[in-house]
Amino acid sequence: MPGAKLSLRGVTKSFGGQAVLKNIDLEVTEGEMICLIGASGSGKSTLLRCINQLEPVDEGTVWLDGVDISEPGLDLGPIRRRIGIVFQSFNLFPHMTAMDNVLLAPRRVLNEDPQSLRLRAEEKFARFGLLSHKDKYPDQLSGGQQQRVAVIRALTMRPEIMLFDEITSALDPELVGEVLDVLRQLRTEGMTMILATHEMGFARELADRVCFIDGGMIVEQGPPNQLFSKPKVARTQEFLKSVLR
Amino acid sequence: MLIAGGSTALVVLAIVMLVPLAPGWEGVKASFFSGEVFAKTFPKLLKAFLWDMAIFAWSVPLIFSLGLAIALARAVRSPALFPLRIFGAAYVDIFRGVPVVLVIYLVGFGIPGLGLPRPWNSPYIWGTVALVLTYSAYIAEVLRGGIESIHASQRAASICLGMSERDTMRYVILPQAIRRVIPANMNMLVALQKDVALLSFIGPVEILRQAGIFKSLLANFTPYVAAALIFLCVTVPATRYADYLMNRDRNARS
Repeated sequence: MPGAKLSLRGVTKSFGGQAVLKNIDLEVTEGEMICLIGASGSGKSTLLRCINQLEPVDEGTVWLDGVDISEPGLDLGPIRRRIGIVFQSFNLFPHMTAMDNVLLAPRRVLNEDPQSLRLRAEEKFARFGLLSHKDKYPDQLSGGQQQRVAVIRALTMRPEIMLFDEITSALDPELVGEVLDVLRQLRTEGMTMILATHEMGFARELADRVCFIDGGMIVEQGPPNQLFSKPKVARTQEFLKSVLR
Repeated sequence: MLIAGGSTALVVLAIVMLVPLAPGWEGVKASFFSGEVFAKTFPKLLKAFLWDMAIFAWSVPLIFSLGLAIALARAVRSPALFPLRIFGAAYVDIFRGVPVVLVIYLVGFGIPGLGLPRPWNSPYIWGTVALVLTYSAYIAEVLRGGIESIHASQRAASICLGMSERDTMRYVILPQAIRRVIPANMNMLVALQKDVALLSFIGPVEILRQAGIFKSLLANFTPYVAAALIFLCVTVPATRYADYLMNRDRNARS
């Protein structure tokens, strides 16, 4: 599809002979928000890790702005800078304050005046309600606060796409909301996002498109209303029935 | 508390009462615990111990630099640098597998035997080299253990931010790894402090050598006892401190 921000063609990935992704095709346009749903172990996380080349794909290609970024031997640093990712847990560097977590990579990688970089970071801390926590260490922050710092850290690299790998799954229920609010905010700012998530209500509310993944394949995809209310494939119906009780 | 104190007192009393009853006690007392010899030799032994401290002091930075280099060589991921990994592994295997004394003999006698001019034939230099070779192998293993104990997601988080492998190691992995292995390294340092005395075999007149000289001179073993006491004054506090760090670390993690 011309004009696609990100495009996956026939992406296949195995671990030790076990196929985890089978022939995945996916097109993402700029500003789109896509939610990947599916059971644990269905391949959602691997798909995200193949997009930012944390895992090399076995077969198929990943295109970013029309450039094949899955080609072996590429310098991945500049590519990963453009694709931010936040993981489920163990995200932050425990030996640094929240602010230093955010500043480390931009300082090393971006050619930006340190003063304006710090201001930019502080502005993000303020926007996500964490300004008073910026000099704390990760173990002094709640899980929800840690995840929000991880989002700020990824955003400060000025990524063009953000990937979120079940970023609320390791949180206590009462902390999920504050992290989802951050995603809502990013949505209004038009960030291109791909989320692997178990938060069905959230996916339904905000996603442009929901992809149901099962056994390493995109079984069904469509706008949330259609997919959640009138799923066509039996496996999707089963999955939704089990999670939407 | 009372029981522990009582039983300890009983044991000490038994030793003090019973050991002098042994038939050879008078001889042992004269040749190992002579107050006169102790007073006479102690100042010079203490002075000789300064050499041990000096050798220790300049060996430590060298050991840590080389140990870190070897640990990093073993941690490289690039296939092109695989020979470096092999070298690191071989180095560690060899120098951990050979007794320190042997390395000291081989390096300390072998290399100056090549006919090096002064001052390059100094046993201080080659003794230091021998200690650095051996101990850097141990430190490298400790550091490698620390590096591998850092959760893989830390590396993932770092390189996903566009950081290079090198910056990831330097700013994310190593600072955490080094902190984690401080107690283990303290124990290494205590062992090193004692092993410095092994250099006496190849020449330097450090404390053990000095004690040996006094023994021959005075036909009395008290200087060795004095030397042991001097070592204990340094190693016991250091060991206790290492234990304290280790415990604190364990409590912090549980």
